[in-house]
Amino acid sequence: MHDFLNSITDYLQNSNQTPGAAGNFFWATVYILLVFVGLSVAVIAMNWLERKILAHMQVRLGPMRVGPHGLLQPIADALKLLLKEDIIPAEADVTVFWIAPFIVVLAAFTVFVVVPFGPTHAITDMNIGILFMLGVSSLSVLGIVTAGWASNSHYPLIGALRSSAQMVSYEVAMGLAVVSAIMMTSLHGMGFYGVAPPGPADSGTLSMIDIVKMQQDQHIWFLFKFFPLGIIAFAIFAIAMVAETNRAPFDLPEAESELTAGFHTEYSGFRWSLFFLAEYSAMIAVSSIAVTLWLGGWLRPFPNALSGATWDLLFSIIPGATFLFLGALCFYSTARMPKHPLFRIQTMGLAGFGALLALIGIVLLIPGPRHWVQDIFWFSAKVAGFMYLYIWYRGTFPRYRFDQLMKVGWKVLLPIGLALLILTAVVGMRTELLAQVKEVLHR
Amino acid sequence: MTDPRTLAPPSLETHVAAHDETFLDSNELVINMGPQHPATHGVLRVILRLDGEKVLGLECVIGYLHRGVEKIAENRTYTMFNPYVDRMDYVAAVSNGLGYCEAVEKLLSVEAPPRAQYIRVILTELNRIASHQLWLGTHALDIGAITPLFYTFRDREEILKIFEKYCGARLTTHAFRIGGLQYEAYDGFEADVKNFVKFVKPKIDEYEELLTTNRIWLERTKGVGVISGKDCIALGVTGPVLRASGVKWDLRKAQPYANYKNFNFEIPTGENGDTYDRYIVRMIEMRQALRIIEQAVEGIPEGPIMAKVPKVMKPPVGEIYHSIEAPKGELGYFIVSDGSTQPYRVRVRPPSFVNLQALDLMCRGQLVADVIAVIGTLDIVLGEVDR
Repeated sequence: MHDFLNSITDYLQNSNQTPGAAGNFFWATVYILLVFVGLSVAVIAMNWLERKILAHMQVRLGPMRVGPHGLLQPIADALKLLLKEDIIPAEADVTVFWIAPFIVVLAAFTVFVVVPFGPTHAITDMNIGILFMLGVSSLSVLGIVTAGWASNSHYPLIGALRSSAQMVSYEVAMGLAVVSAIMMTSLHGMGFYGVAPPGPADSGTLSMIDIVKMQQDQHIWFLFKFFPLGIIAFAIFAIAMVAETNRAPFDLPEAESELTAGFHTEYSGFRWSLFFLAEYSAMIAVSSIAVTLWLGGWLRPFPNALSGATWDLLFSIIPGATFLFLGALCFYSTARMPKHPLFRIQTMGLAGFGALLALIGIVLLIPGPRHWVQDIFWFSAKVAGFMYLYIWYRGTFPRYRFDQLMKVGWKVLLPIGLALLILTAVVGMRTELLAQVKEVLHR
Repeated sequence: MTDPRTLAPPSLETHVAAHDETFLDSNELVINMGPQHPATHGVLRVILRLDGEKVLGLECVIGYLHRGVEKIAENRTYTMFNPYVDRMDYVAAVSNGLGYCEAVEKLLSVEAPPRAQYIRVILTELNRIASHQLWLGTHALDIGAITPLFYTFRDREEILKIFEKYCGARLTTHAFRIGGLQYEAYDGFEADVKNFVKFVKPKIDEYEELLTTNRIWLERTKGVGVISGKDCIALGVTGPVLRASGVKWDLRKAQPYANYKNFNFEIPTGENGDTYDRYIVRMIEMRQALRIIEQAVEGIPEGPIMAKVPKVMKPPVGEIYHSIEAPKGELGYFIVSDGSTQPYRVRVRPPSFVNLQALDLMCRGQLVADVIAVIGTLDIVLGEVDR
């Protein structure tokens, strides 16, 4: 017990300690809870945001009735799903049907064990972090296949087959892009901006936290390293991750116009909501991988170009300012609410929500929380950018056909990924290669 | 490898026999799509024979929306039957009414006065745009693009508003009467129509912006559901489907009815007869319809709106076949009169019903996803297929 308390005080005094290292079990538990709650809130928020953003792209308002501007809609939906009758088809394989959603959810949540929200904000820091993430996230295909098979019905079966083929084939391209980024951790190159000092090659790393730290050390996001190789790798990953999470325009497994609802056609109520939860947390998970590998993880933008105490202060205010801005938006909307007695509760609710956001904003301006929340904020902001992209895709693109999807995966992304891998190696090792060539010539 | 097009016709009885002819030695999958299916445009039921995802053949089961419209006609007077035709192709009710009214007018040997004709043309062409907009929205939705649906419905609303102002109904309009129109155009009708034309022109560009050059859209529609002009003619397929296969056949030009001969417009044709060409043809048709509306609204003559038609209609004994170019193809009415107040027999030649029989031919050898695209591109309305 004494050790345990010691570890807490240690951690509080010395917050540079590596997460997950020995003695940090307490904080690992705390972070597990935090991540679980945060993820659930994020999925709920994402539900509302997706409806609203999509609606505004489609010249409509989206949910407006449940709560001010439909803010309570996701909660109402969750309640509805929990209260719905739990249907298991008579012909279904009950045990497998029962297990399938849990596999999917488990895979989607376990991924977050290694996601680094900051240099010290992670459940654990594995030295094979990225491998763990790819491995666990690809487990969800197992859940989808079992779900489709256990339903014992044509549409879910086709959906599950499509889904497994799709996820497996896109994982290859995804893996190649990831390897290219991992190679960059060990290769010191001048890069496009020439900011990284040329030096001896470091040993690379697979740890999620160290990958970001490498970007910090090399003074460059891997997105811009070896221009344009980093961007190409990122693009491959960004395409593959949409396919991996079965989202538009690659949402064939659940193409509602063809297969009604794909692999989860027979699922309803709470079980269905588990699939929903898993889908959204998988989206967040792959976005976190992309952010960690290419977009500098928790690093704020321009840490080198705009360095110095003034800039630091300015950037550190942004989280609080964002919340204050959101609060102000709420107050603005409150002022615009119809002045009808029927809307009184809604108006008050919106004002209350605005006040809550503003309060969070003010708290985040206090130096203590301000610094504590920096890393998490920048990480979340980058992930949120990806979430917006997901919604944007959905509003813009038609759906690929199955064979075309496979063609894109195997005939386009895979060759590019392979070429990219070789090019990264060649560009990264060019000084050594040149030296070798010279040696051969001299001989 | 066997060309799936040469396989036996897709009857469920023969599907065991056809099994040996599949390219892979796998079991066939018979899937029942519909009648409750989001992409079959109502209550169409399609029985698919699949090899993996490849379609070996399909069979349409129709009749879920059968109301016996043709039989009802035999127990109604000519005037009483008029509203019923609106319920066949309910997204192009005005066109249906035009066809029926003109057929009975021909039988009675009367002609609607010029003013009525002009207003009829305006409303019919507006309805053509509305029908094409609905087609575009649902077709794009089937292929996975959800946004065009809302764009088209937003703009279709303006057309429905004009209908509502004109005759009080939005969908099943019953806009025309035998012999002309019941209602004079309301005050501001012309301004409304002109405003609409101005409003919708950039909107059509907007739809095209989302789809025409979209890579995924091109991949999903080019070379999908190809049908040759010859096959179209053999199957009796008409309308934009026929024109996209390169046959320049539009009843508005071929056998002008109403007063279409007074207007300048072009008939768009495609080359490949695939889903993309049909899409382009319909997009151009919308623009051409706007052209016709512009000309018509400029030239509405003054005068009566109703020809001299007896209160109790007793057409002379005889029969008539009159067809018009509805948004979906040739819409024909065959009416037999026995000289009484009620038709002896009314037979409707609905474009959707005839076009639907091309579905099997167009889908052979394609994938399941293409079946959805082809059903969308045929632009069927089950109310018209089943009647």
